[in-house]
Amino acid sequence: MTIDLKTIKHIAKLSRISVNDTKAEKLADDLNAIFKFIEKLNELKTEKIKPLTSVAETPLKLRTDEVKSENIREDIIKNSPEDNQDYFVVPKVIE
Amino acid sequence: MTEITKQTLSDLVENIKKKKVSSTEVTKAFIERSKKSKKLNTYITENFNAALDKAKKFDEKPNLDLKLPGIPIAVKDLFCTKNVRTTAGSKILNNFIPTYESTVTKNIWNEGGILLGKLNCDEFAMGSSNETSFFGNVQNPISQNLVPGGSSGGSASALAAQLTPVTIGTDTGGSIRQPASFTGTVGLKPTYGSCSRYGIVAFASSLDQAGPMSQNVKDCALLYEVISSYDKKDSTSIDFKRNNYSQKLTKDIKGKKIGVPKEYRVDNMPKEIDELWQKGIKCIKNCGAEIIEISLPHTSYALPTYYIVAPAEASSNLARYDGVKYGFRAEGKNLIEMYEKTRSEGFGEEVQRRIMIGTYVLSSGYYDAYYLKAQKVRKLIKNDFDEAYKKVDAILTPSTPSSAFKIGEKNNDPVSMYLNDIFTVPVNLAGLPGISIPAGHDSQGYPLGLQIIGKSFDEQNIINIAYSMEEKIEFKNNIKDWWIG
Amino acid sequence: MSKINSEYFIKRANKLYEVVIGLEVHAQVISESKLFSTSSTKFGAEPNTQVSLVDAAFPGMLPVINEFCIKQAIKTGIGLKAQINKFSVFDRKNYFYADLPQGYQISQFKDPIVGEGKVILDMPNGQKEIGIERLHLEQDAGKSIHDLDPRNTFVDLNRSGVALMEIVSKPDLRSPDEVNVYIKKLRSIMRYLGTCDGNMQEGSLRADVNVSVRLKGTQEYGTRCEIKNVNSIKFMQMAIEFEANRQVNLIEEGKNIDQETRLFDTKKNETRSMRSKEDAHDYRYFPDPDLLPLEVSDEYISKIKTEIPELPDEKKKRFIDKFKLTPYEATIMVSDIETSKFFEETIKSSDIKLATNWIIGELFSVLNEKNLDITQSPVSAKNLSKLINLIKDGTISGKIGKTIFELMMDGDKDPQKIVEEKSLKQESDPKALEKIVQQVIDKNKDKAKEYKAGKEKLFGFFVGQVMKESRGKANPQLVNQILKKKL
Ligand SMILES: [Mg+2]
Ligand SMILES: [Zn+2]
Repeated sequence: MTIDLKTIKHIAKLSRISVNDTKAEKLADDLNAIFKFIEKLNELKTEKIKPLTSVAETPLKLRTDEVKSENIREDIIKNSPEDNQDYFVVPKVIE
Repeated sequence: MTEITKQTLSDLVENIKKKKVSSTEVTKAFIERSKKSKKLNTYITENFNAALDKAKKFDEKPNLDLKLPGIPIAVKDLFCTKNVRTTAGSKILNNFIPTYESTVTKNIWNEGGILLGKLNCDEFAMGSSNETSFFGNVQNPISQNLVPGGSSGGSASALAAQLTPVTIGTDTGGSIRQPASFTGTVGLKPTYGSCSRYGIVAFASSLDQAGPMSQNVKDCALLYEVISSYDKKDSTSIDFKRNNYSQKLTKDIKGKKIGVPKEYRVDNMPKEIDELWQKGIKCIKNCGAEIIEISLPHTSYALPTYYIVAPAEASSNLARYDGVKYGFRAEGKNLIEMYEKTRSEGFGEEVQRRIMIGTYVLSSGYYDAYYLKAQKVRKLIKNDFDEAYKKVDAILTPSTPSSAFKIGEKNNDPVSMYLNDIFTVPVNLAGLPGISIPAGHDSQGYPLGLQIIGKSFDEQNIINIAYSMEEKIEFKNNIKDWWIG
Repeated sequence: MSKINSEYFIKRANKLYEVVIGLEVHAQVISESKLFSTSSTKFGAEPNTQVSLVDAAFPGMLPVINEFCIKQAIKTGIGLKAQINKFSVFDRKNYFYADLPQGYQISQFKDPIVGEGKVILDMPNGQKEIGIERLHLEQDAGKSIHDLDPRNTFVDLNRSGVALMEIVSKPDLRSPDEVNVYIKKLRSIMRYLGTCDGNMQEGSLRADVNVSVRLKGTQEYGTRCEIKNVNSIKFMQMAIEFEANRQVNLIEEGKNIDQETRLFDTKKNETRSMRSKEDAHDYRYFPDPDLLPLEVSDEYISKIKTEIPELPDEKKKRFIDKFKLTPYEATIMVSDIETSKFFEETIKSSDIKLATNWIIGELFSVLNEKNLDITQSPVSAKNLSKLINLIKDGTISGKIGKTIFELMMDGDKDPQKIVEEKSLKQESDPKALEKIVQQVIDKNKDKAKEYKAGKEKLFGFFVGQVMKESRGKANPQLVNQILKKKL
C-alpha cells in the first residue's frame, strides 16, 4: 500500500498543518518508508488479543468535588499571542 | 579536594554537608564551566544569576538535612519550570514562560536543588540525536561533531561535560538510556507511573517517564529517590512503596537470575556490541549472578508498534499548540489559516512527520489496521516480559545497536534513525524500568552502554545489579575538553 | 402539514411523509467543580476567571476525574431505567476549534458509562416509550463570541471542562410535540435526581437534533441531518419543522439529501449547512492515555440506588392510586418536582380534591400570568391548605375563597386573618338568613307573585338579591333551602 499525495493533503488538513506540493511529496516518501517498516505487524495474528492501552495497573484516580482553583486569569492570559478585554482573541471564525 | 565540577553528586552532597565547600562555590564552579562550554550548545536557557542568588540564600541558612543541599542542577527543557522559559526544544514554545512547576522538578527543589538552566533536547522529545531541536544540535563532549543521542541530548552532554553534577531527562522510547550510552553516563528510565508526568511537556502519554542521569549508579539512586513520588495530579501515577534507593544500595547480587534474550542478537549487530554484551554477561557471572537464556519472541515488532502508538498519542497531545493560548502564532486571515501556518512554521520537520503518522493511524478506516493492531501487539510484548520474569529477576541487553554517530549522518533517513531505539523501546511499551550503564568503548573510543531491565517497581534490584557491575567494569570516560579555549 | 389522530405527517399531493427524530441532549451535570479540574462551574462569571491551567490546556497539565460527576451520571442512568456499565473508557475526540483548548474533547465513545434505557412520555392519546441509546460523560467547550469585534473572535474558557452528560435517544420520536414532551420529561427526571438543573437559558440543557423523513409505512430510515446545538424547545420544534419540510421538498424534486451537520438560524427560522466543519469530520477517537478505564463495583451502584428519590412515573402512580387523582391531574402534579412537593405539602392537612383543583386552577393561572415558578409562588402551601379548610368547613364560600386568595397574594397572608379582618365569614345561621330572605321577598312582592305563578326563572334573581344583601357571605345552600320554603 502506498500513501498518495491526496491522502497526505487530507491528513495535513486534519492535522491543521499547511503543506505545499513539494512538502507533500517529501512527506509521502517519508511516510511510505515508515509504513513499509510498520507493515511488519501484519505477520502477527491478533484477533484474540485484548489491546493494551495503559501499563499502569491501577484503578482510575478519583477526586472529590471541590473547587480549589481560584481566579488566575492573569496567569492564563499572560502567555497568549493576542487578547482583548480578558478574552483570548483569534482571527474570525468563518462558518 | 578534587576540582568541584569533577566531583560526583554524592561527593558534593557530602562536602557541602561537612561544610568543606559552600553551595555558592559549587554553583559558581558549574556556571563558570558552563560559560566556557557554549560550543556544546547544551543550554537553551541559562538561569545562572538566579541560581547564584539561590545558592547564596542557601548558604546564609543552610538546611543540611536535605538530600540535595544547595546542589545546582540543570534539567531537560521539557520540564515546566515556574517563571523560567520552557521550550521543549520547539519554536512553537520559544517564548513560553510557565506559571507553574512540574512535580519532578519541584521534588528536586524541595530537597535543596537549585535550577542552573534548561537543557537542549530534540523538539518535543522526538529524536535520537538532538538534531531536531529548534535551538540547534548539541555536541557530544566525547568527540567533535558527534551527536550526544536524544532526545535528552543536552542533558547527557551537559552531564558528561561536567556542566551539571546530575540531570534529569525523559524517556519515551529510549531518550534517557540512548544518550546516556552515547556519552558514557548512567541513565534510568523508571517504571511507568513512578515519576509524575505533571508539568512535563507531553510527547506520548502512555510511554513518557522522567528519570535521573548521572556520572555513576550511586548518584542515580539518590536522584531517583528524590524525583519519584506518588502524585494526585497525575491519574497514571502509581501509589507503590518507594525506597530510599541510595541507602539500600548493595553490590551483593549473588544468586540473582539474569536473563539474556536471544532475540536481541539482531541482524547486522556490530561485533563491538556483541562483544560488549559478552563482557557484561561475564561481569554478571563474576558478580555471582546466574545467566539464563530467555526468549522475548515479539522483540522485532516493538519498533513498528512504537511508531504507531507514540505518534498517535503525540498527534493528539500536540493539538494544543494552536497559537491561541500561548506560544508562537503566525498571522492568518481566518482561524483555519492561522492554525495551519502556526503549526507548519512552529513545528519542525520531524514533529510534523510524526503528527502526520499519528493522524493517519487514527483516521477513519485505518484505526483498526494500525492503532488497534499496535495496542494488541503491545500486549504481546508485555506478555513476553511477564513470561520471562517467571524465570529471571532482570534482563541484560546492550543499550543501543551502535555507538554515537556523526552529526548529519542519519538526517535523511528517518527509519535508520528510528532503529537507534531498537533495544530501549520494548521497555517503554511494557512500562518497565531500565537502566543504562557505561560498559566499554568502540574502536573509535566512543562509549557503549549496557541496559538492565527490571520488573515493574523493581528499580532497587536493577540499580543494585548496575552498582555491582559498575565496580567490576571500571569504565573511564575519556573526555579531553576539546571545546574549551 | 396535517394532523391525523394527533399524529404528525408532512403531506404532499397524495403522499404522507413521516418524520423520524433522534436527540443527543447535552445536560450540564450539577457539580461544584469541573469534570477533570478543580475550577468552579458557576454560571455568569467574568470571562476567563474560572479557568485553571488544566482547562486552558497548558503544557504538561493532566486530567483528574471528579468522582461526583461519575455518581451523577450513574444516578441519571438509573433514572432512565438504563444499564449501568461497570467498565467504561474515556476517549479523546480530536478536532480543532478556538474554544477547544486541548485540541480534543475528553468524551466516551466505545464504552460509555450508561447503556440502553427508556423514557415514558404521556401523550394526549396515551403513553409512548422512547428508547435511550446511551449516556456518556464528556467535557464542555469554551465559548466563542463572534460579535464583539468585526475581524476577530473572542474566546472565554469559563465553560471549558464543565461536565456534560450526553444522552442519546433512539430515533423513536415522530413529531415536534413528542420532542417537547420528551425534553420536558428528561428535564423533570434530572431535576428530581438533582443531576441537572435543566436551565435552558443558561445552556444547561441543549440538544443536537437528528432529523430524517420517510414515506408513511416505510421501514427504512431516510438520510439524516444533524442540527447542532439547539438551546430551546421552541427552536427545536421550529428547526424540525423546517428541516423535515426541506428534506421532503428535496425528495419530491427527485434530489438527494446529503448527510450533514446543519445549523438552525433562529432569526431566519431556517437550517443551513455548516460547510466549514465538513472536512474536519474525522474525530480520530482513541482512549485517553492520561486516564485509565473507569471501573465501578456493584456495591457502588447499589449504594447510589439507595439515594434515588421517587421519580415522576412512580410518583404519578402513587398519586393516582393513593390520592385518586385522574391521570391528567397526576401528570401535571408530577411534571416538576417542586410542583409535586407543593401539592403534597398542601394536602398534608387539607382536602385532596379541593387542593388539586385549586392548584391546577387558581394557583397555576396566577403563576402563568405572573410568569413565576412554583417555588416563587406568592401563596405558600401552608396558607393554601388553610384556605381550602375554610371552604371545606363552610366558614367561607368558594366564591369568597377566590376573593381571599387574591388578598393572600400580598405577602402570603394567612387566610384566617383575612376572613377576620374583613369579616368575610360565611353567614350560616338560618335565623339570620331567614330574616334577610324575608326582607328581599318583602321588597319584591311583584316578582314573588310572578314566581309563584310559574315563572321559575326568577329563583335565581332572589338568590342574587340575598347574596347581595349579605355582601356575598350568605351560605348559598342554606339560602336556596330557605328561599324555596318561603316562596
Ligand atoms: Mg452530536
Ligand atoms: Zn457531545
